[in-house]
Amino acid sequence: MDLHIAAQINSFLAALVLLTAFGMLVQKRIYGLIHLFAWQGLFLSLNTAIVGFVAGRHHLYISSVLTLSLKVVLLPYILHVLIHRLKIRKEVETVVNVPMTMMIGIALVIFSYNLTAPIRELSTLITRSTLAIALATVMIGLLMMITRRHAVTQIIGFLALENGLFFAATSATYGMPLVVELGVALDLLIAAFIFGIFFFHIHTTFDSLDVEQMAKLKEVD
Amino acid sequence: MNLSPFITEILQVMIVLGVSPAYVGWVRMLKCWSQGRTSPGLFQPYRDIRKLFAKDVILAENASWIFRFTPYLVFGTTVLAGGIIPMLSNDLPLSATADVIVLVALFAIARFFTALAGMDIGTAFGGMGSSREMTIASLAEPAMLMAIFTISLAAGSTSLSQIVQVIYSGQSLLRPSIAFAFIAFVLISLAETGRIPVDNPATHLELTMIHEAMILEYSGRHLALIEWAGMMKLLLFMALGAVLFFPWGIDASGSAAGGVLAFMFLLLKLAASGVVLVLIETGLAKMRLFRLTEFLGSAFLMATLGMLSFFILE
Amino acid sequence: MLNPLNLAGSAISLLLGMAVLSLFLGRRPRLLVIVSFFVAAGASLAATVAGVWVVGSNITSQAVMSIGLPDLPFHLRLDPLAGFFITVVGLLSFIVSIYSIGYVKGIIKQRPITRLVIFYALFLAGMFMVILADDAFIFLISWELMAAASYFLVFFEDERIENRRAAFLYIVVAHVGAIAILLSFGVMSGLATGFEGFHGFTFDAMRQAQFPAAWATVAFLLAFFGFAAKAGVIPLHVWLPEAHPVAPSNVSALMSGVMLKTAIYGMVRVTFDLIRDFPWWWGTIVLVFGLISAVMGVLYALMQHDLKRLLAYHSVENIGIILTGIGLAMIFRSFNFPLLAALALTAGLYHTLNHALFKGLLFMGAGSVLHATRERNMEEMGGLIHHMPWTAALFLAGCIAISGLPPFNGFVSEWLTFQAFLLSPSLPSPLMKLLVPMGAALLALTAALAAACFVKAFGVTFLGHWRGHHKPHIHEADWFMRLGMIMAAALCLCLGIVPTLVIDWMDNVPEQLVGARIGTTAGAFGWMWLTPVARERASYSGPLVFLVTLSVIVIAYLLLHVRAGSLKRVPLWDCGFEKVTARMQYTSASFSMPIRRIFGFLFSIREQVKLNPLAAHRTVPVRMQYTLRIRDRFWGWLYRPIIDVSFWISRRVGRLQQGRIQAYLIYSFVTIILLLLFPR
Repeated sequence: MDLHIAAQINSFLAALVLLTAFGMLVQKRIYGLIHLFAWQGLFLSLNTAIVGFVAGRHHLYISSVLTLSLKVVLLPYILHVLIHRLKIRKEVETVVNVPMTMMIGIALVIFSYNLTAPIRELSTLITRSTLAIALATVMIGLLMMITRRHAVTQIIGFLALENGLFFAATSATYGMPLVVELGVALDLLIAAFIFGIFFFHIHTTFDSLDVEQMAKLKEVD
Repeated sequence: MNLSPFITEILQVMIVLGVSPAYVGWVRMLKCWSQGRTSPGLFQPYRDIRKLFAKDVILAENASWIFRFTPYLVFGTTVLAGGIIPMLSNDLPLSATADVIVLVALFAIARFFTALAGMDIGTAFGGMGSSREMTIASLAEPAMLMAIFTISLAAGSTSLSQIVQVIYSGQSLLRPSIAFAFIAFVLISLAETGRIPVDNPATHLELTMIHEAMILEYSGRHLALIEWAGMMKLLLFMALGAVLFFPWGIDASGSAAGGVLAFMFLLLKLAASGVVLVLIETGLAKMRLFRLTEFLGSAFLMATLGMLSFFILE
Repeated sequence: MLNPLNLAGSAISLLLGMAVLSLFLGRRPRLLVIVSFFVAAGASLAATVAGVWVVGSNITSQAVMSIGLPDLPFHLRLDPLAGFFITVVGLLSFIVSIYSIGYVKGIIKQRPITRLVIFYALFLAGMFMVILADDAFIFLISWELMAAASYFLVFFEDERIENRRAAFLYIVVAHVGAIAILLSFGVMSGLATGFEGFHGFTFDAMRQAQFPAAWATVAFLLAFFGFAAKAGVIPLHVWLPEAHPVAPSNVSALMSGVMLKTAIYGMVRVTFDLIRDFPWWWGTIVLVFGLISAVMGVLYALMQHDLKRLLAYHSVENIGIILTGIGLAMIFRSFNFPLLAALALTAGLYHTLNHALFKGLLFMGAGSVLHATRERNMEEMGGLIHHMPWTAALFLAGCIAISGLPPFNGFVSEWLTFQAFLLSPSLPSPLMKLLVPMGAALLALTAALAAACFVKAFGVTFLGHWRGHHKPHIHEADWFMRLGMIMAAALCLCLGIVPTLVIDWMDNVPEQLVGARIGTTAGAFGWMWLTPVARERASYSGPLVFLVTLSVIVIAYLLLHVRAGSLKRVPLWDCGFEKVTARMQYTSASFSMPIRRIFGFLFSIREQVKLNPLAAHRTVPVRMQYTLRIRDRFWGWLYRPIIDVSFWISRRVGRLQQGRIQAYLIYSFVTIILLLLFPR
């Protein structure tokens, strides 16, 4: 597979990652969010595999399989089980309305494009143009954490943010050293378990996972 | 044997006039099949139009000349639009008359007059249809323009024949910007042609009508012209999508054989688009009017993402 | 000797003379109306001819008059830019003067019209003089003349308090703007000749001068602020919807149609002609303010139910569209793309001409409706198309033109503006490349909302049944009014059908300002096709679109009308509900409800429904009261704080007025001591 087609497929998958990020931003149903997250993980692992093939870095294959098993299979499964056990309502409320969130997302994409312009001039990798998308995904993940009221969706936002960081690593330097990747993956898994435990705790204390309720913890009114 | 471009032009207009009821019949047939009903047949819309032409025209006492003029204007602009989109050949004489933006404006003036006709009689239904239709149109316009912009970035032009030429001869098939623009175009077409989830074209409940409510008072040959123009509009939007995003098969040489081949391809693409349309319509439900902001907002988002990915990724 | 400058100059003198003559003819109002408005029409026609001549043949003539300050006589100059604006002003003034003969004759019975006639002539003279002015002094004098004359015109029906308030607000904002313009000219002239003598105030001196970047920015911002206040750009727009509706309709047509354009002229003159070298962010400021005005203007217009207020807010929107074109031209110019700048500038200027015509037409139509029904509130009107067929058809032409739909002229200028936007990927800056297309999307939103607004305006006013309680006797407008509207509508259609000829004519203006012409490419494929940059890029054929649609309509009509006589008129279909009344129709507020719900967060809206039920059965409503109040947020954010602060300052300063003689003597004493102490 020559370089040109690989670069095209790379761009296409990057666009799909951005699309799923926006999809998660505007999605109102929790199961939809989890499915989109799984799709994002799939596109990401495909992208990593292709970059590994073209650049000749074989450790990226291992990252790709890791991403596949963790982000496409395991984490969505854990989240599914959590939601089922906690009997959470399937709708998500947002702090700002949907069109406004979309506009902010677009502004973030433009901002990250502007920010990464100098790097694009200097880089020699085939993945240089996808750095802007990666940065945008990180920021959209953060935006998702800010504009959602539900704790589970904030976690998904955090995971999307981590996806963006992973993507940025692949675009900028053809991936991180394998040890670092394994460490990050393990951290994610542990984080998911701990979140699960905390969710049960919060739910039993407040009887809801709405993060606005936690404002009651304030000392001063 | 080479056909003169004028002959191709007239043939294309005849085809648009002739095939559009069959296309609507095809869509209705597929819908019936998917819902487990028996369909009235592929040619039922022809019989409907013929019946309407034979009937008397009943006008309210206070209908003005605008009411009587609108069906002709809508029909005229839609026929002109049919002559502009390069469906059979890339060399039509009328394609220099209008580019994509003018095409959108032609549909806009048809909509303007239909909305006025809705307000003309002075019942609440007409006003309701006009109000809703103009609101949806104003939300769909930015998305439409952004999609056109994205395509024109890739093609370097807004002229339809030029776009066809560039995309036809382009090397890359997988361009994210075009893909995003395509998704946006699908969503916008659903809004402009008044299909589910924006509007239910087969509804009988006046409070759920948008397009139907504006033309509720029409009868006889006026209604025949408006219905026919509506069928042509659906065909034209599907054809526009085929021309902009899947232009293979359009004849550039001007020969008769090429023209026939282009016609075959066109029928094939229309049949496929009918299937996709019915899948979307059966899978989704009609949305509340105020949910349409999100629907059309996502269309705008798709188109903007297309524009952004053109600059970022290409 | 007949040269264009003399022609224009004589037009002005004719108008000034007419103003004086009107003082003597006050006793015979009918004669006065006919004579004065014919003279005004003649003068405007002369000025238009001068303008067309200058733009077409690219002559620039200058003159120095013998009156003026000792060191600074009046300089006049007629170059293609001035010629273009003289054409715009003259054309609409001619049409409105013809219209006024019929309109003002109808007002004679209600109040004396001498004032109206005098100030009308002075207003026109002032506008022509502003455009011809070639030094800051005569510019500002004419600016003041224009503002003062229009103040008295707005103030014409002075017995109502809201008219007085509207006129007062207008004059305050106009003067704030004038101060900014004066300061801007001061900065530029000071940098031109260093404050020695008045020679720096001539525009020639400003053209020669080289401005350091910081001061040039100051001058630009002051000038932009001042002209924006006159043009009605958001947030300085608050006077527009107050002043334009209360003026008599022929005056509103002129104010909306051409007075706002003199502000655009001022902006273009200062930026492209006097300052000439500017960074890209100036154009961005103009573009951003233009887009904001366009979107907010049309949204405000959608919320209105007063016909003339709706039209006034649309002027805000269209000025926004013009500024968008000019802002784009500035951006392209600062990045050194003269051809693209010429395209954007042509789009903006074409829209100026178009707006003058269709806004004039719409206000003339509104005037005729007002004249016939004595009603400005659309919610009370309806069904007028049956009683006023000419006015309805001509108003419809104006509605189609302003909505930017083919084959009328509004579409051509919007299409050109979109083409200019679509060329923005040539810009080198990545940020501009991504942000400018969003502006194009906003423009598309504006155009679609404008169409919605005019469906509402036309539909509620002319179609359906009369919505009010008492229907007056409604008669059609008289022939002078009709003639004025017919001329405007015909010009709208012509400018839409043969844009290549118009662009060919006005091509000298972009040549003068940015150094490129688009006429060569625009008409390259033939006079019928408008191909701004290249034929492959985009093309539009106005005549063909019009002719083909017309022929299809005619063919269809002839084929189908063969079986005429099968047309029956029946009473309204009421869906089985017998008691359908005219109050059940869609009103202006109900038509704009979906848009109000979607975009309402930009305004402060309060909707209230009060139901008075039957005493016996609580669920049966006997009376329902619906209140809708929409307020402009800018009053609360911007104007109220400024008003409060100014009153606070005035009260503090008012303490100086003690009322006792000793205090005043102390002031004089202290001043004398200070003056003796300091200049040493």
